Amino acid sequence: MSVQTAPRSASSRRSDRTTGARENFSGWANRHRKWLFAAPAMIFVGVLIVFPLAWTVYLSLTDSHGSVRAASEFVGLQNYATVLSDTDRFWPAVTRTLSFTGVALACEILLGLGVALLLWRPFRGERWVRVAILLPLVATPVAVGMMWRLILDPNIGLVNQLLGLVGIPPQPWLSGQDTALGTTIFMDVWQWTPMVVLILLAGLTSLSDEPDEAARMDGANAFQRFFYVTLPLMMPTMIVAVLLRGIDALKTFDILYATKGKGGGSFHEVETLNVYAYGLSFDYNQYGLSSAVLILFFMIIIGTMWLLTMRKKAASK
Amino acid sequence: MTVLNKARISTGAPAVPARRRKPISARAYKVFRVVALVVVVLFLIAPLFWMLLASFKTNVDIYDAGKSFLFSPTVENYANVLQRNNYFVFITNSFSVAFVSTALSLVLGVPAAYAMSRFTMHRSALVVLMARVIPGVSLLVPWYYVFSNLKMVGGFEALILSHMFVALPLIVYIMMSYFDSLPLELEESAQVDGLTPIGAFRRITLPLSVAGMATAGILSFIFSWNNFMFALVLSGSKTKTLPVAIFDFVSYASIDWGGLMAAATVVTIPIMIIALFTQKYIVSGMTAGATKG
Repeated sequence: MSVQTAPRSASSRRSDRTTGARENFSGWANRHRKWLFAAPAMIFVGVLIVFPLAWTVYLSLTDSHGSVRAASEFVGLQNYATVLSDTDRFWPAVTRTLSFTGVALACEILLGLGVALLLWRPFRGERWVRVAILLPLVATPVAVGMMWRLILDPNIGLVNQLLGLVGIPPQPWLSGQDTALGTTIFMDVWQWTPMVVLILLAGLTSLSDEPDEAARMDGANAFQRFFYVTLPLMMPTMIVAVLLRGIDALKTFDILYATKGKGGGSFHEVETLNVYAYGLSFDYNQYGLSSAVLILFFMIIIGTMWLLTMRKKAASK
Repeated sequence: MTVLNKARISTGAPAVPARRRKPISARAYKVFRVVALVVVVLFLIAPLFWMLLASFKTNVDIYDAGKSFLFSPTVENYANVLQRNNYFVFITNSFSVAFVSTALSLVLGVPAAYAMSRFTMHRSALVVLMARVIPGVSLLVPWYYVFSNLKMVGGFEALILSHMFVALPLIVYIMMSYFDSLPLELEESAQVDGLTPIGAFRRITLPLSVAGMATAGILSFIFSWNNFMFALVLSGSKTKTLPVAIFDFVSYASIDWGGLMAAATVVTIPIMIIALFTQKYIVSGMTAGATKG
């Protein structure tokens, strides 16, 4: 104890010699460092979120359109009624958003788990495979969209050329009314499965070897060990992957805009909620309606996250 | 990994004779694994390679299926992109916006992440992380209104602020899990030796966190470089970033495929080169916080 107190008193003697104001400030700063450190970031985010969010809620209750500066009337929940009874654009957009996210996530988790298992044990050439996994992940989504537009072009695209070699007739891909959404899902899977692989691989390498060994000693075969030992242990990590990917998938915008342009194509075939809300805001200037759509969209995101966090808690127990 | 393998061999000691000749299923798995990995790598790399090839073709060659791989390469597309379309300006724009917004976000985010990690401020952390969840469009209408009243639309300040909004939550998230993993004892013993708590943060914790800050900084740079929606609304003709500038090659009438692919390559190549040299950091950033309960 005496060893520990000695330097401390030395330091306080030293600071006694510094000017009083400085000592006061540094003492005050050190006492309040918790908020001193956290406050700037929180104020920044707060100003940039809380204020716009509150405004969005307010706008959703008005008939604001044309210009945000123009006078608008308070209309209560009328925008929500309009949006919720809109079976032409809103509900199809909800369906598209959910099916885009659901299908893309399912593919990414299944493929991601498969690839992560392939990469789990060390092998020669591992470095090159890791580079290949990294590249789609960091590529600019808009550029990725443009790239697939060329590769999947019905007339000059490589994919239809290759299909032609094995006698399959050319497919419309992005330009087909029924195939466009599936094609954008495919693009999302190409770009983001690598992220799931990285997360699941980190989970796999952090697993202790003991449960697997114990099961092996008890005579479990590879499939049994995977389904009854590894998979349950991986559940929390998989839910983290679903959570992180799910939030981004729900909000997908870049590749949809890059491949189909405004309004999700001429038949709105890839118009998700995000694309719909963007169009209402910046193409049609219907701020009241778009705010109502955004609030509902936000509630869908929060609801999905809440469900998944509950699942994660259940899985960790 | 070698430690794990050794452990396996030692626990499996009684089975050594059986191990010398691997069972057929193990050899079959080895072959399957090689084949599957080759397929995965081809699937991930081939599209990028195709984009690169097309960027060196004339539009006539792009339309000609017979010239898929055999063609006389041209740099005309790149000359077009860089000279006539002023891409050097957009490259500079993208770089400065990404760099400044990352630097400012690190200044704000690292101390905040430290406080949130050390004082377990879970609710405050949740506020910052909310920024990751909110749909960007809902922020853009109010931002656009405020920024246009302040005459900031089309200027770099508005773009940088909006990109910081993406960068800051990312940095806080990554740095929090980094600080969580840093042992408390180091700071405590520094304080016993006479440093103030802030002094201990500055002289002990920060120097130890360089790897974490590199991770957070690189990822935030990449996200900012790739960001499209905020720049689409908030940038002007002079402040356009690369993802927005790509659309110059797309019009309703026709698409200049060669130019478009050259532009797409110009956008993605810098970020891919950065990624190749900082692979370790990107992987640890992408997986930050994923493996704790």
